[in-house]
Amino acid sequence: MSASESNKADRIKVLLVDDEEAYVRILEKRLTKRNFAVSTAFSGIQGVQAVRKAEFDVAVLDLKMEDIDGIEVLKIFKALVPKMAVIMLTGHGSEEAARDGIQYGAYDYLLKPCDFDDLVEKIKQAAGTGKTTG
Amino acid sequence: MSDQNGENETYYRSLTRRIVIIMVVVSLIPLLLISGTIRYFFQVSYQEKVADHLKVLIKKHRQNIDTFLNEKLADIRVVADSYTFDQLSDEVFLKDRLKVLQDVYGRAFVDLGVVNDHGIQIAYAGPFRLQEADYSQAAWFREAMQNQTHISDVFPGLRGLPHFIVTVQREHGGAKWILRATVDFDAFNSLVESIRIGSTGFAFILNSKGEFQTKPRTEIDPSREPYVSFLTAPSKGGDDVSLVEKANAAGDDYVYVVSRLKDGHWLLAFQQTAGDAYLALYTARRISMAIFVLGVLGVVVVAVLLSKRVVRRIMQADQEKQMMNERVIEAGKLASLGELAAGIAHEINNPVAVMVEEAGWMQDLLGEEELQESKNLEEFKQSLRQIRTQGIRCKEITHKLLSFARKTDPRPKDVQLNELVGEVVDLCQQRARYATIKINVDLDPQLPLVHVSPTELQQVLMNLINNSLDAIDSRGGKVEVKTRTEGNFVLLQVADDGPGIPEMYLPRIFDPFFTTKPVGKGTGLGLSICYGIITRMGGQISVNSAVGIGTTFNLRIPLPKTPTAQEGIC
Repeated sequence: MSASESNKADRIKVLLVDDEEAYVRILEKRLTKRNFAVSTAFSGIQGVQAVRKAEFDVAVLDLKMEDIDGIEVLKIFKALVPKMAVIMLTGHGSEEAARDGIQYGAYDYLLKPCDFDDLVEKIKQAAGTGKTTG
Repeated sequence: MSDQNGENETYYRSLTRRIVIIMVVVSLIPLLLISGTIRYFFQVSYQEKVADHLKVLIKKHRQNIDTFLNEKLADIRVVADSYTFDQLSDEVFLKDRLKVLQDVYGRAFVDLGVVNDHGIQIAYAGPFRLQEADYSQAAWFREAMQNQTHISDVFPGLRGLPHFIVTVQREHGGAKWILRATVDFDAFNSLVESIRIGSTGFAFILNSKGEFQTKPRTEIDPSREPYVSFLTAPSKGGDDVSLVEKANAAGDDYVYVVSRLKDGHWLLAFQQTAGDAYLALYTARRISMAIFVLGVLGVVVVAVLLSKRVVRRIMQADQEKQMMNERVIEAGKLASLGELAAGIAHEINNPVAVMVEEAGWMQDLLGEEELQESKNLEEFKQSLRQIRTQGIRCKEITHKLLSFARKTDPRPKDVQLNELVGEVVDLCQQRARYATIKINVDLDPQLPLVHVSPTELQQVLMNLINNSLDAIDSRGGKVEVKTRTEGNFVLLQVADDGPGIPEMYLPRIFDPFFTTKPVGKGTGLGLSICYGIITRMGGQISVNSAVGIGTTFNLRIPLPKTPTAQEGIC
């Protein structure tokens, strides 16, 4: 686990949770460059631990992970930090699960591989929602 | 394979044979029993009826003949008792008596004579010259002398013509004398000759020695059976009439009816061929036999034809079952392949996502100042754009693969059909291009939204377009997809100019596992699934097809009952 250290107050705090490490790393780089405060977790358990330790505006959560199912992680997130917005990432085949996720309180879902600009836009929107609703 | 075919043929042949045998046996046993029973009872009752009829007839005639003979005897007796021996011995007086008798009874009496106890005819009235005739050696004279009355057998006598006489014996002066009269043979013969039934039935009279007393219609030998038995059988007396059926010497069946008359001295015999006597019975028997034979033939022919037809149906059903099994296996294989493809597509998504993002990251970095001056900056940018473009292409491919492999989502949504058509047609365009098929789209811009499952509808449309592409695959052509509003329905039409579907297949094309494609090419499930989906939506699916012209599928999807807020935006 690693976390960005600078300008936490101004920037949107994003937690990336995905067991595809290479994907998390590159998203971290790109989001950081776009001025997001990015933290990463490479499993569901790490994601839950990160949420317990720090506050995030938005979590980008992969639905399909080896240790815990993304929907279960979402339920825990919502139980721990109801105000944190959760964007779900899913393969096309698990679109239904992503829709189910929305019922459990996810902000929205994106199909993987997603367009980076869409992701940025969605995070910004979610952060705004999270802040206003939180 | 040929062994298998041989075994099957043997099996079907034996099945046909078994069905034929069962049908024939089951049909013929009741037919035999019914016709046999009816025939037996009909024969018995008909023969009884014929026998009764013949017996009554012979009895009546016997009585007639007996009455005739007794009448003649009574007439003579009246003459003998009414006049004295002397009067009757006078030939003039006797002639007068004969004339009176002939006047009253016609020509039944031929002559009259008075014979003394020596057998000499002392007086005679009649057409012959028989005065003083000597009858002392005649058999009838001896009988007449011993009995008060006597009726003789038929004999030629002194005149040389067949005749018989009736006599009355009286006494005069202590000596017996006889009054005799000759009865006309023809009058007597006609009584018996008139008994004729059918074409072969006739009667005649025999005396106790087996000599004819009347002329038989055909030649008969009374010394042979069965007449010998009849003549030798003791007379039972009374009204006894017996009937027997026997074959004659030539082997022909005859019906014989006999009865004794003249106090048992004569035998009235009637004979008729059985075929003639039972003509109606035999005709009915022949007709029923012909009907029976025709019935048997009919049953056998129908049994053979029906069995062949049934076995042909069974063969077809077996073949269809076999094909269905093959298709189920095929469908299973395809489903496994689909799942495999979905798994692969899903796994590819992650590396593709990383690739695309890495390329994006490089693009981000190229925006920094120190790299702006690089002489290959444009080349880098172009390459990265290319990586990104190809990454997006990979993403689209995997998404399409997953679209087909995943389970469809049956939940209904407001769907703009025009957009859905556009998406599906885009997916099919590439295959169509390879096959030189043009897919034309003709969409109604005012098309309202429908409330259906988009994924299911996508599947239906994809199936129909793919079917059209399959149909015209080899020679190129065009497919037209059209949308229209039609009353309370949205019409979605998929038409192709392929070879068309033969009319005989049209009623079955929505049946599961029915396909005209070769084994391995089609599961026979596509149209069946389409039918299920559309009818579940409350819609209709129909097909028009003409061989050589093409095929058109019409889907009618119901509009939602409450109007949707949005309108079409194509």
